[in-house]
Amino acid sequence: MSAAIEVLDLRKSYGGQEAVAGISLSIEHGEIYAILGPNGAGKTTTVEILEGFRSRDSGSVFVLGSDPGSLGIHGSAWRNRIGIVLQSTSDAAELTVAETVHHFSHYYTKPKDPDSVIELVGLTDKRDAKIRTLSGGQRRRLDVALGIIGAPEILFLDEPTTGFDPEARRAFWELILALKAEGTTILLTTHYLDEAEALADRVAVINAGKIVEIATPETLGGRHLAKATISWSENGATQKKISENPTQDVIEIAARFKGDIPELTISRPSLEDIYLTMIGGKE
Amino acid sequence: MTTFRLGLLRGNIEIKQFMRQRESVIFTLFFPVLLLFIFGSVFKDTIAPGVTFSQYFVAGMIASGLVNSGFQQLAINIPIERDNGALKRLRGTPMSPIAFFIGKAILVFLSMIIQVVMLLAFGALFFHLHLPHSGALWLRFTWLVLLGSACSTVLGIALAGIIKSGRGAPAVVSPFVIVLQFISGVFFVFSSLPSWMQQFSALFPLKWLTQGMRSVFLPANFASQEVAHSWEIGKIALILIAWLVAGTFLAMRSFKWSRQ
Repeated sequence: MSAAIEVLDLRKSYGGQEAVAGISLSIEHGEIYAILGPNGAGKTTTVEILEGFRSRDSGSVFVLGSDPGSLGIHGSAWRNRIGIVLQSTSDAAELTVAETVHHFSHYYTKPKDPDSVIELVGLTDKRDAKIRTLSGGQRRRLDVALGIIGAPEILFLDEPTTGFDPEARRAFWELILALKAEGTTILLTTHYLDEAEALADRVAVINAGKIVEIATPETLGGRHLAKATISWSENGATQKKISENPTQDVIEIAARFKGDIPELTISRPSLEDIYLTMIGGKE
Repeated sequence: MTTFRLGLLRGNIEIKQFMRQRESVIFTLFFPVLLLFIFGSVFKDTIAPGVTFSQYFVAGMIASGLVNSGFQQLAINIPIERDNGALKRLRGTPMSPIAFFIGKAILVFLSMIIQVVMLLAFGALFFHLHLPHSGALWLRFTWLVLLGSACSTVLGIALAGIIKSGRGAPAVVSPFVIVLQFISGVFFVFSSLPSWMQQFSALFPLKWLTQGMRSVFLPANFASQEVAHSWEIGKIALILIAWLVAGTFLAMRSFKWSRQ
């Protein structure tokens, strides 16, 4: 079986500025794939090309075997198999949650049960509330409900938790993981590192329209291979040692002191350190 | 589900959204009736034997009602829906765009019926509007309403495609409609306008629609007071059909599901 999404050397410029400058990626069925990068890195442009909203300048794109840039009359059948959660929207303010989810279910050939989708996204209490009365987090959950009502094979999530408080973000992550458990392929863009780490099977870090690295969250930037830095105070100065075997080294250093090593720290680069090095590499 | 049935469901959703926005209900549905009351009460002069200005004005307001429910409503609301992401969200679903436009047409049709009925009722009750007295006139009234609404709808969609932002839409559309009403024989008697203004307004459909409505609601001999000394019914039909065709073409060219 071919990949769910296959992108080769994708390029898109706006007024001479390359927003996407040669991105290639391949996303497997059933995977959560995160595109991580700072604002303006080209995440939304990339995803909107995959969703069929934007044209591209060059490169090849296949989503579920079809080119979203030339769907023609097959567009409806293709859209029946994908779900899209756009960046923040404020539409349908006067409708209720239940009206909206039920209405959208009619667009698809094999929709999920609207009431159980409302339950799944945790809006059962709000089912008869007008959409304009929902909080930001509740609105985003409704967006997801509308994205998954058609039982999509691929779900696109564009910066789904921007503006969430930490508790809402956790709850949202649970929801995304539940969808993965059902077999949905999920492509997620985010500028939150912890989100990519919590959810993604693989992460593509992009910056200035180019992929910096594609890896699992554990191996991103060679983190698992990174050496530890031992730091302590000796002879009135701070000493540092880059170590592959910090336990052994600390025992040796400890032998020189009788008891505690002054100001001892052992550190490995955090994912955040690695990420900041990656996207700040040009500075 | 068939596209047609989906279109009916879209119509239902459009009507719900419209009716729950008090401002839009008042602005779209009651504004023409309000204008009718103000103008009809102020200008009571007789402009020809047996014809008062308020009768003349009611005929024009019915034509304006069609502009209001189709052109004005769509040219303002579609850009707002484009800005708030509603259109883009729909574009990402398998729903056929045809179903979307059926839904819009249903909303326009409903608000048009409500307005026409209110204007007819208030005109007849308070301003001596004579309802058509023959089947032929009712028939003419019906095709004028349908053709006028269709024109108004496609031109509203076409203009919506050109307007850049939802926030700016009312500021573009409303003055346009008001100026058109002034020069097309709604607020003033058309034959009393300067001839360059008459010729300019003859480029737009509202002038022809108001003239058609006068042919329905004013006495037959008033035709001699018209600029062409005739109602020009055939010409009205041709010009409205030409605008409908051009408007449909422009709407298909200019419609956009998202900003960019």
